[in-house]
Amino acid sequence: MGLLSDPNRRRALIGMLTRLNAPICLVCYMAGVAWFMGLAFEPFTLRTYMSENAMGSTMVEERFPSGEAALATGREFAAHKKKAGGMPVDWLVRTMQSKGLEVFTQRFSRKLPFPDENKERYMVKGYNVYGILRAPRAPRTEALVLSAPCSPGNDNNQAVGLLLGLAQYFRSQIYWAKDIIFLVNEHDLIGMQAWLEGYHHTNTTGMDWSPLQGRGGSIQAALSLELSSDVVTSLDLVLEGLNGQLPNLDLANLFYAFCQKIGVLCTIQGKLPRNDWDTTSGYSHAVQTMMLMVLKQASGRPWGDHGLFLRYHIEAASIKGVNSFRQYKTDATTIGRLMEGMYRKLNNLLERLHQSYFFYLMPSLSRFVSIGYYMPAFGLLAVILLLRALDLWVQLSSPPTITEDDGTEVPSSPGVLSILTPLVISHLTGVALYTLPILSQETAVQHFPVSETEAVVLTAIAIYTAGLALPHNTHRLLSGEGTEQGWKVLKLVAVLYLAVLLGCTALINFSLGFILALTLVPLAAFITPHVPKALSAFLMVVLSPGCTLLFAVFFFQELQETPVSVQEGWMLFLSVISQGILDHALYGSLVYPLVALLVYPCWLLFWNILFWK
Amino acid sequence: MAAPLTLLLIVAVTIRAALFRSSLADLISERVEVVSPLNAWKRVVEGLALLDLEISPYSGDVFHETPLVIYLFHFLVDYAEITFMLADCLTAVALYLAVKDYNKQVFRKQRYALEADRYPMDCLELIRSPKEMYYIPLKVAMFYLLNPFTILSCVAKCTCGLNNAVIALFILSTIRGSALLSAIFLALATYQSIYPLTLCVPALLYLLQRLYIPVNVQRSSFWLYTLQYLFMFLGSLFILVGLSFFLLGSWDFLPAVYGFILSVPDLTPNIGLFWYFFAEMFDHFRLFFLCVFQINVFFYTLPLSIKLKEHPVFLIFMQIALIAIFKSYPTVGDLSLYLAFLPVWNHLYRFLRNIFLVSCVLLACSALFPVLWHLWIYAGSANSNFYYAITLLFSVAQILLVSDYFYAFLRREHHLTNGLYLKKKDGSEATLVLK
Repeated sequence: MGLLSDPNRRRALIGMLTRLNAPICLVCYMAGVAWFMGLAFEPFTLRTYMSENAMGSTMVEERFPSGEAALATGREFAAHKKKAGGMPVDWLVRTMQSKGLEVFTQRFSRKLPFPDENKERYMVKGYNVYGILRAPRAPRTEALVLSAPCSPGNDNNQAVGLLLGLAQYFRSQIYWAKDIIFLVNEHDLIGMQAWLEGYHHTNTTGMDWSPLQGRGGSIQAALSLELSSDVVTSLDLVLEGLNGQLPNLDLANLFYAFCQKIGVLCTIQGKLPRNDWDTTSGYSHAVQTMMLMVLKQASGRPWGDHGLFLRYHIEAASIKGVNSFRQYKTDATTIGRLMEGMYRKLNNLLERLHQSYFFYLMPSLSRFVSIGYYMPAFGLLAVILLLRALDLWVQLSSPPTITEDDGTEVPSSPGVLSILTPLVISHLTGVALYTLPILSQETAVQHFPVSETEAVVLTAIAIYTAGLALPHNTHRLLSGEGTEQGWKVLKLVAVLYLAVLLGCTALINFSLGFILALTLVPLAAFITPHVPKALSAFLMVVLSPGCTLLFAVFFFQELQETPVSVQEGWMLFLSVISQGILDHALYGSLVYPLVALLVYPCWLLFWNILFWK
Repeated sequence: MAAPLTLLLIVAVTIRAALFRSSLADLISERVEVVSPLNAWKRVVEGLALLDLEISPYSGDVFHETPLVIYLFHFLVDYAEITFMLADCLTAVALYLAVKDYNKQVFRKQRYALEADRYPMDCLELIRSPKEMYYIPLKVAMFYLLNPFTILSCVAKCTCGLNNAVIALFILSTIRGSALLSAIFLALATYQSIYPLTLCVPALLYLLQRLYIPVNVQRSSFWLYTLQYLFMFLGSLFILVGLSFFLLGSWDFLPAVYGFILSVPDLTPNIGLFWYFFAEMFDHFRLFFLCVFQINVFFYTLPLSIKLKEHPVFLIFMQIALIAIFKSYPTVGDLSLYLAFLPVWNHLYRFLRNIFLVSCVLLACSALFPVLWHLWIYAGSANSNFYYAITLLFSVAQILLVSDYFYAFLRREHHLTNGLYLKKKDGSEATLVLK
């Protein structure tokens, strides 16, 4: 506590921090970015290992024999699906019953706030069909879920076939200690949402669904299978769920371990693990894999049907079959054996998966970076904000004549008004950005030749841009000139606000917090009313959250090795915005409200400071 | 001054009424930071239901309010929102009047001292002017009413707001010099939550000072007055407890209320220090550490009252803060009471050393509480250690805040007797170091 009480040492420390503020900030920023890039470098990462004893030491033997039969069932399912023009409910119920499951259906319907143009749906009606295999060996208090989506067109027929094949095979085994629920969900996540809400008796999004007639125990883990071809070259593991939530790392370890054991090629983010970490291309491969994960996590959307399970404390992942031009192919029997092995290990669990990490990034499927390693990268960026705040505080309190009666510490003096006005106005703009796009879509459609979806997105962009005109309006409300004191206090408030905001975001969704910090922190550090206006205004717009999203879209396409032209990129950007708004309305994703209600107003505060008169 | 205060009250009531009508009210009343097992509205409703069924509300382990509160809400349950808003307003007005009176006395004392030339020459800049003191009572009311913590607490219908009102009335009656009312309100506050017992000492010191009775153990007038005050205090406490017994017809409430406060059986997480420790504790150490933790509230009373015997109002502030930090089931409502006093010590601002650090930490912690709670309870990805880390940091920041004010207060007093610009023996400028 010497530092807190000894005035001389304090003065020396604060003097150093204020004198060297700019260089320290610069060094911190570089160090933060460097640290982050270093995370993908193999010697700095840890090899994944199974932490859960119940899944580690027990040997299981995979004997699933009937891949071909499963594919035949899949083809039958496809035919019935085509005939029914959607979920073949009756056929599925009959088939599942014939395999010896307890079968139930759930009807659901949902009207989207505006039409989803990517998936071409507006009024969604559908069915979930699920069969429960009751555990013969235990009191049925716990359950596992295997799900496969019933997708439009020819997708995922094999997945449903394999699911039914596995159901038949599992039924004949006697070692199940947990109920196994085989779920075929329609309309991907919407159906999943309906089923999960029905299962847990909650209704968070105002969806209309019929109550579930049969339930198993509390769900311990869930896997979602996506398979669209008879043979696959590799299996891709998808972990990112709603709001950037990840399942326990042991689930990924389990998948990796079985892929190794059975000899299936496995990928994460569609990238194979490589061994040449000491070459440039090997390193850049790892960076690409990690950056894809960061971008996907930051988007806050569920990247597979498993995404909503995580909200209910259920560890879940999606497994996608990929069929590329590689020589080596894996057939359905092998995939079935893989699933069997994973379910048998999950069946052995004595308690929920909790031993391993929940916060991690994966530069490859066999390597991971835990929270302790990646948080410093964010911390180095966040400390810049604190240093700037300290600097401002010292500047504000150093002339003693000002501290006596400056009126910033105490409300009810004129000083507080000049801070409160921009704060309130920028937050009101944020509220407008959050509410108006959906509320005003009808009016927009009546007056402009656009579709509802375009209307929503364009309104959002229009409000976002209109916010740039705010400083002028703010000043009109204020009497008198903005003082030197005034902007410093406003900046102090804004910097602390940003620090707390980014800190909280990074705890919930590291990737989102880090990407926002990467662009907002330099801006927050250098903005004063005295920097060249035009140049800094341009920089600020480039670093604003909206433009960050635009760059992220291009960057993501680049990383996926499907570069897009500017025109396509812009269209993609528009659809990403509409997806973000839809995700919020449908599943309760938090990214859109976070950006609209908090990050954007915070950015506006800095915009206000730039145009401080 | 009445007009701004009225305006403030209207604004405060409007905000609360709006929040009561919004969907946030349900969310807020579930937050562990805002309500504790001791004062959650849900439990009051439960107790009322039991009372209506003519079952003792203390049967079962849900209800821990005092009998007077339950009988109060027996009549007022339909007007609960208005009651809580009124309680907040009452607290604010009481604090407003109390601080106004206190400032008058401070100013009078300062004038006498100035006339007697008791201050060194270079201390003129430490002298407080009526101009800067004019708005302080209003600021106090504002700090209480517009503090987000108070608003949350009121919207959650946390009965902590009632306790705050009682303590505020106690402070008002003490500063007005009414020994009987002071003792009655103190008894009421103690009856509600035991801990305000420690406020007995500052109140007594203040009343003695007001009557110019020196604190001297050899003087009979001192003992006479002390005994008189203690008699009033214990007498009203006895009446309150007796009244509770006659209302309820049993002594059930003693273990259910006071036993619950002192032995901390409910380890629901809150912003205090108890829950995590006692969740981890082996049972055979429990009693010992219970004593260690509980004694914290009472332990500082004696040294503080010796050090601050000339400044009982500051002592009241310190005690309220210590209670809010160290009590077994603290909520943010407890904080808001002592935070309201900060404007009174505006003049100490220049001597505060860590105020920036402390306010940053308090701000960050307030934002991190719900975030880590979400990660722990809903997402399942973090655990109780994360949440407790923030609780710990929050308490440390509060302790730093209180000790900083304590240091600043003592330092100003030191300067007022020894001069502002201290010189070392060799003539160079001296610095004060707290070691």
